[in-house]
Amino acid sequence: MRDVVQVRGEVVANRRVGAYHHLTVVAPGVAELARPGQFVAMAVGGPTSANLLRRSFSLHRVSPSGAYGGTLDVVIAAKGEGTQWLTGLRPHDEVDVVAPLGRPFPLPTEPVATVLVGGGYGSAPLFWLAEVLRERGCRVEMVLGAASEDRLFGVVEARRSADGVTITTDDGSAGTKGWVSDVLPEVITRTGAAVVYGCGPMGMLRSITEVASAHGAVAQVAVEESMACGVGVCMTCVMPVTGNDGLTRMVRSCVEGPVFRGDRLRWDAFDDGVCRVPADTVGAPRPGGH
Amino acid sequence: MADLTTRLGALTLPNPVMTASGCAANGRELHRFFDLTDLGAFVTKTVMADPRSGRPTPRMAETSSGMLNSIGLQGPGIAAFLDKDLTWLHSIGARVVVSIAGNTAAEFAEVARALASHPSFACVVAVEINISCPNVANRGLVFACDPMSSSTVVGLVHQELPPGTPTFAKLTPDVTDIVAIADAALQAGATGLTMINTLLGIVIDTDRLRPQLAGITGGLSGPAIRPVAVRAIWQVAGAMREGRIDTAPIIGVGGIRTGLDALELIAAGASAVQVGTATFNDPSAPRRVRDELDAALDARALTLADAVGIAHRRKVQL
Repeated sequence: MRDVVQVRGEVVANRRVGAYHHLTVVAPGVAELARPGQFVAMAVGGPTSANLLRRSFSLHRVSPSGAYGGTLDVVIAAKGEGTQWLTGLRPHDEVDVVAPLGRPFPLPTEPVATVLVGGGYGSAPLFWLAEVLRERGCRVEMVLGAASEDRLFGVVEARRSADGVTITTDDGSAGTKGWVSDVLPEVITRTGAAVVYGCGPMGMLRSITEVASAHGAVAQVAVEESMACGVGVCMTCVMPVTGNDGLTRMVRSCVEGPVFRGDRLRWDAFDDGVCRVPADTVGAPRPGGH
Repeated sequence: MADLTTRLGALTLPNPVMTASGCAANGRELHRFFDLTDLGAFVTKTVMADPRSGRPTPRMAETSSGMLNSIGLQGPGIAAFLDKDLTWLHSIGARVVVSIAGNTAAEFAEVARALASHPSFACVVAVEINISCPNVANRGLVFACDPMSSSTVVGLVHQELPPGTPTFAKLTPDVTDIVAIADAALQAGATGLTMINTLLGIVIDTDRLRPQLAGITGGLSGPAIRPVAVRAIWQVAGAMREGRIDTAPIIGVGGIRTGLDALELIAAGASAVQVGTATFNDPSAPRRVRDELDAALDARALTLADAVGIAHRRKVQL
């Protein structure tokens, strides 16, 4: 059975939300397959584009039916040529879509308490996740953090989707002044959360993992890494992850992730904009090797 | 439907379109988008003797109509490749071209030996010898930059493969005279040539003002390099036509995104083509290129065989 589709999507809406754009695209067949934590890879610039590499985004929501047929929603920050092209799309424009991709957030088998932490527009997939968790009887607390108020995404939606919401901003323009990791210990302790889900910048995911581990909770984090293809063929989005056998391998975040158990990621490898290959990685370079 | 059948020496394929090594992993990922048996052949990611982690990230930088990559030949090693990947490719009925490499000429031979002794060697229609990688025993100089090193590797690999196994030496365009390297590979026994591998490049990150790739240099690929591929194929095919080197089949690769792109390389002298970086943009690209090439040949009332090298016959005599 086919578990991914490639379709020529049609934009039905493109709305500005704070510092971001919220894009809705008709993409038949995606919603039936997708689960929270999976992502979409979009081609940019049309069929003759000079920008060949796909841009990947967490699925914010999917809808199997409706006036337009199945749709998917993504939240985009216009940072470079590709994202600027996407955020400039208008209704009826076409965009080539491949989705759903990657492994979704694993769901607890028991109705345990959970905390969902989003950094900036990294919160995009968490509202859908919150709904799925609450359907299973899980308590859901959300912590949303950003540099400033306009870079928060989904505060109103969070109040609908979660049992409790905590906001932080670096500059104090909304919620508590500080980082998500400043308030997370209190939220985990108060709710007795067993699982902390996170999505956002790598530094934040590392902090979430450390706080969760220190409070006896499991962290499940959706990582951010540049991808050329999103489908597992280019080998550019790798990072060192420790497997069940205790061995570290450079694994593709697009197919083995993007969701990893936080304590399995080799955070020691990430520094100054690069991710090194830890010396104990399977097949790591040796003197005289590669 | 044009007749897309192509002959590469003794090997006949139903159509000339293949994946390109390192742009299609080992098959399962693209098989979700189209049936790999629709292609003339599936070309695997280069495999070496031992597992390799590859390089640190960032490994990739987008460039105008292309990209730089610095993967570092990440792979599972030949043993795991044979048992997991080649066995699977065999099970789905794919025609497989296995790309092999080594840090030394002896390692190439070791990989070829293991490949030839595996039961799934039955699905292997050819071996691509990726000599565009560094020779640890020769100060890291790329094998394919030196006629002698190229010749040694091709000769050693041939000794390990059953007689008659088609082999293709994959050449780098980063040389002064690609015809000399092509000649050395063919003299050493290669059935044919795959041209071209990536070109070496550097991208500077203008925010950090340092090289964007952790590995500093990377291989440039994508439509930006297509004219370089056409030129390299033209030069080598021209040397064959003039009798300066042995006549042998050429597999063209470099910047193919559409059927017309493929037709350019074919008209320059390629008997088969590989679709590489375009697959990152469109995971269905290899099969789409096959269909577009079919339509383009139909529109010109040509078979594939008619079109191979046709531009040499039609060039304007001045």
